[in-house]
Amino acid sequence: MPLYHNDDQAMLAESAGQFMGEEGAIARQLRHWRDRDCKDGFGHDLWKQFGEMGFTGILVDEDNGGLGMGHVEAGIVLEEVGRNLTPSPFLTSSVLAATALKHGSDDMRGRYLPGLVAGDSVFAVAVDEGAKHNPSRIATRAEKSGNGFKLSGKKDFVIQGASADMLVVAARTSGSDGDENGITLFAVPKDATNMSHDAVRLVDSSMATHTTFDAVELDGDAVIGEVDNGRAILDAMLDAGRVGSAAEGVGVARGAMDLTVDYLKQRKQFGTLIGEFQALQHRAAHLYSEVEIARAAVIKAQQLLDGDSDKASLMASVAKAKVAKTAGLAVREGVQMHGGIGMTDEYDIGLYMKRDRALQEFLGDAYFHANRVAELSGY
Amino acid sequence: MSDLETFRSETRAWLEANCPAEMREPVRDDGDVYWGGRNATFKSDAQKAWFEACRDKGYTVPAWPKEYGGAGLSPAEAKVLREVMASINARPPLSSFGIWMLGPALLHFGTEGQKQRFLNEIARGEIRWCQGYSEPGSGSDLVSLQTYGEDKGDHWVVNGQKVWTSYADKADWIFCLVRTDKNDKYRGITFMLFDMATAGASTKPILLISGNSPFCETFFDDVKVPKSYGEDVPAQVGEINRGWDVAKYLLGHEREMISGADGGNTGTIGGALSRNSVDMDPLLRAELAMFDVDALAYAAMGEKFLDEIKVGKAHPAQPNMMKYAGTELNKRRHELIMSAGGSTALEWDSEETEGGKPSRNWLRTKANSIEGGTSEVMLNVISKRILELPGG
Repeated sequence: MPLYHNDDQAMLAESAGQFMGEEGAIARQLRHWRDRDCKDGFGHDLWKQFGEMGFTGILVDEDNGGLGMGHVEAGIVLEEVGRNLTPSPFLTSSVLAATALKHGSDDMRGRYLPGLVAGDSVFAVAVDEGAKHNPSRIATRAEKSGNGFKLSGKKDFVIQGASADMLVVAARTSGSDGDENGITLFAVPKDATNMSHDAVRLVDSSMATHTTFDAVELDGDAVIGEVDNGRAILDAMLDAGRVGSAAEGVGVARGAMDLTVDYLKQRKQFGTLIGEFQALQHRAAHLYSEVEIARAAVIKAQQLLDGDSDKASLMASVAKAKVAKTAGLAVREGVQMHGGIGMTDEYDIGLYMKRDRALQEFLGDAYFHANRVAELSGY
Repeated sequence: MSDLETFRSETRAWLEANCPAEMREPVRDDGDVYWGGRNATFKSDAQKAWFEACRDKGYTVPAWPKEYGGAGLSPAEAKVLREVMASINARPPLSSFGIWMLGPALLHFGTEGQKQRFLNEIARGEIRWCQGYSEPGSGSDLVSLQTYGEDKGDHWVVNGQKVWTSYADKADWIFCLVRTDKNDKYRGITFMLFDMATAGASTKPILLISGNSPFCETFFDDVKVPKSYGEDVPAQVGEINRGWDVAKYLLGHEREMISGADGGNTGTIGGALSRNSVDMDPLLRAELAMFDVDALAYAAMGEKFLDEIKVGKAHPAQPNMMKYAGTELNKRRHELIMSAGGSTALEWDSEETEGGKPSRNWLRTKANSIEGGTSEVMLNVISKRILELPGG
């Protein structure tokens, strides 16, 4: 498969670009909700519009009302989300949770997916325990209790946890904290008793929670996939999320780069446009090269994931690490080249810097993923 | 079976019958490469047999038309041939700047007479070519070149000096940029072809920091270049004073080649290097891992670039980006190979290092971001032509 978008995908990119540039624009969404101290960090009306556009169900199969498309298509939407800093539950609900729900029972899929596709439901994923992503160590426990389970533990960095109608929770049903096996994924509904959220606003104005499960009682049908054998589903969900967040990161990098290159063409200092200075030209050209390479890594990872390739995990980590480095460079260069104005709240470049910081950390940073590349390569 | 599948099985059978076992070993040094030319000798009977079989089949230049010595393969067939050759590790039967550089320029700009004569000679490995571009003082800034051809009616008299002329001392002919109009900086350059045995042309090898080198200085002292080598065979490619167009076209090919868009330098290194090193420093391991991330991302870019070129989606200045990123990556690769190799990698001529391979290769890569246009020039081109930043 060639590494560029086919005609259908190019059309999707165009409509997603137009939609996000208008409805999802920074002034209309990110700044709007931030300035109102919105408790969800995003607007539900926009999420409903995501549903009307068909974006919500890109990864949901047609039997459940979705479009049955792949990660390339999800990534197209995410790149535009990133470029416009559009706050939405797309990554957590339509990519991460939707990937996990592929392994859910028919009954579970019927319960949750129509709401997602309609843009009514919001899902969150609860994996991390601690400040750094480390899914190989899971201490949250679910113990057999009657027909179901009792879930106990604490999860961190649960994006939109308090707004979610359902949380996909990775818990241990056997073995000890660092074991590969013994993991089970649960779909925990928002009204579960003894689940409590400590909501925090993050640097990019998004909302996350520290979520505590204090013997939360779950029915047996809350299990996604099989008891004790959830590791493979967890990995598939995380790889989908990593590739998705890399796509969003490429959008952030491009958005920041475009703003900056435009600024270089307008801002005069010492009587000339600053874009004429070779020192800045070379840095901008270097940045462009890195962004192009990062985009290539992302589309490669998307295609491998869609093709169920055994190289998909390696490339997912390559994409996540490369994008983390590249988007980081884009926003740092962006703020620096904007000069003093880049430090003001009024200009958007700083918003890109904040979003990039949060996105880098989500589902593993560049160090985590470079390390994973080494491990998957046998060293 | 589709035509392409038939072609694949026939090709496989032909290679089985014609590619000697010795020619299915990796190239170890320059002696394993056959460059052709008037004074060429074969290293072995197997090398000779393999070259001649390919020459007769048109497989030294498979995608060129049959009337110019090629096999006239379609792009899809040429790809199949490459794949089948790669699957048995077949060595290239003939390597030459004629194939990689002059050939594509002649196919694009040459007269029918030039194509008939020179392309056939290249395909049959009869004439070995070198490239006369750079001059002392005119490296990446080629338009400032000074070598001058004075118009004497039916011939030019060429005077000047070239530098970094790869294998000039072994080449039969040169394709050379010569200023033919001193008043027009960009247009006053002509792309000329002439025989290196002409009186007044001489070469001198340049010793490099790696201890060996294919490079030469080339001197022209009243070299008499006829304007024509026969009917429809002018000595210049393209128009007189418009050699810059040819040179630019050809540099595009060269940059793609150096950048390794063909897969030449896109590999990861962490796995191979860490196996030899029991006590790998965790920080070195981390650097290797970060390098592998970049190398795999660049490999994806190489693939994307080739896919996009095929359908005309790539920006015309995209090869500059590939060249820049690829050569910087390759320098970093060899720095890390040296670090992982430790004191062993420093050995200059031991058996252990096969004659100092790690350090010689490391030193050689430093030229990657200089030759074929420096990284700084690539960044200039990207900023002007892709980002459209202002200024001269």
